[in-house]
Amino acid sequence: MAGRGASWSEYQKQIADDHYYYARSCIRQNFFPGSERAFLRILGEELGRDICDDPRHTSCTGIGYHSDIVPLETIMTVVARQFALMAEAGYEHLVTSCITSFGIYNEILNTWEEFPETEERTRRYLKEATGRELVLPKSVSHTSDVVYHFREQIAARARRRLVNVQTGEPLRVVEHIGCHYAKIFPKSGIGGAEFPYVLAGMIESWGGTCIDYPERRHCCGFGFRNYLVQANRGYSIANSHKKLESMAPYKPDFIVANCPGCSMFLDKWQYAIAEMEGTTYGADGRGIPVLTYEEMAGLVLGYDPWELGMQFHQVDVEPLLRKMGVEFDPAAKYLGRDGKYIGRPEAAVVNSGPDKRVYRIRE
Amino acid sequence: MALDFGYGISKPRTIDLDRNEFYKGNAVLGKMPELQSCIGCGSCTATCTAGALTDFNFRRLHTLIRRGEFKGIYDEINKCMLCGKCRLTCPRGINTRGVVQLIKRNMGYLQPE
Ligand code: SF4
Ligand code: SF4
Ligand code: SF4
Repeated sequence: MAGRGASWSEYQKQIADDHYYYARSCIRQNFFPGSERAFLRILGEELGRDICDDPRHTSCTGIGYHSDIVPLETIMTVVARQFALMAEAGYEHLVTSCITSFGIYNEILNTWEEFPETEERTRRYLKEATGRELVLPKSVSHTSDVVYHFREQIAARARRRLVNVQTGEPLRVVEHIGCHYAKIFPKSGIGGAEFPYVLAGMIESWGGTCIDYPERRHCCGFGFRNYLVQANRGYSIANSHKKLESMAPYKPDFIVANCPGCSMFLDKWQYAIAEMEGTTYGADGRGIPVLTYEEMAGLVLGYDPWELGMQFHQVDVEPLLRKMGVEFDPAAKYLGRDGKYIGRPEAAVVNSGPDKRVYRIRE
Repeated sequence: MALDFGYGISKPRTIDLDRNEFYKGNAVLGKMPELQSCIGCGSCTATCTAGALTDFNFRRLHTLIRRGEFKGIYDEINKCMLCGKCRLTCPRGINTRGVVQLIKRNMGYLQPE
């Protein structure tokens, strides 16, 4: 335990307190758009912080880079452009909404430091391509770092806690950090690679309890090429499968993930596993809901689950909402803009529970 | 029932000691406790007559049995010619030929004692 304590005190990073430049995530805008909106709302409306949501910035191209499609020189120039835009807007603290991007920014800043000629080359490319000047950021944080930083302020404004209102017990939460948060550069994450505390800190401050299970630090299985090439997807799903098998006996109420990829895969692979081999996880075999940390913070702050975009999930969140005592309108789940009904998706095995079809339930 | 998405769930190569079956391995070790002193050097396999001609790998087999993974081992062990060269070379002095016979017996070739 001395090791853990020492590790936590050693791996404390500086997180800026105000004036952020927001770098959105391409994956999240497709799969969890409500989460980015919730982040801006929490920082702006709840905490009164200044955050710049710049329409000019682009994807970091990290997914293309990790899939061997985008060359190193290109991604370095794209990243340099984001930094240049930030400086032009008058900001110096980058906050990025994706663990993949966070890893990319850290990797590139580190490469520029170790190999200054690559920074020089990038400056030249940026100038030639866009006429812009590269200005290095003062700090790079992940959005979850910032939520962690304000976790006590959020707790003070909480409308509800991570507690089962029927039993009064803390909710049992699996936290998944994502490989690129601290496994590449342990110093860039709160708690380092061994004991990352970023999500655990939020869960503890908001009344829940963390589950320590054998495969807690295992990858979700995204792995870029593992997923993007169809023939390799068996490796991707095998990793999520391994984690789900390992956490199931601890009866988690929900999973909260740090990385957009992890949230997506831990959620959607539950559907695929149910269809492929007939196994469903969670209470009554209705799946284990997977939340982003903004959704978790949003529920704590009393936001409407459908405004948080929780209808985008594969595993239905309603059982969790009832457990937490969240008032919500079930009929509003499939209402689009201006209250227009957008239709419901077909019923999926992963949400059906034991009464619809006979499946093996791993509890 | 199962949908085919064009890929499967790859089986892990994890050694899951909670699920593996140790009774066969324990039966062999009960009779030949010195097998526990095996250091996995592979001399038995390197010197094996049968292994020189086929992909028969004696170290692998006795390791798998002790690990509780013995599917398909019976067919494999029958490739052994019982020449005893492995016994001459084992640095731990294990009666490896005896181990082969114990494996055969416990895997059903001979009547269990
Ligand atoms: S856990 Fe998965 S999505 Fe997340 S960083 Fe690792 S590979 Fe990427
Ligand atoms: S006794 Fe069997 S295992 Fe040992 S060297 Fe001879 S053939 Fe190989
Ligand atoms: S020669 Fe002996 S010690 Fe070496 S692997 Fe074979 S049985 Fe084990």
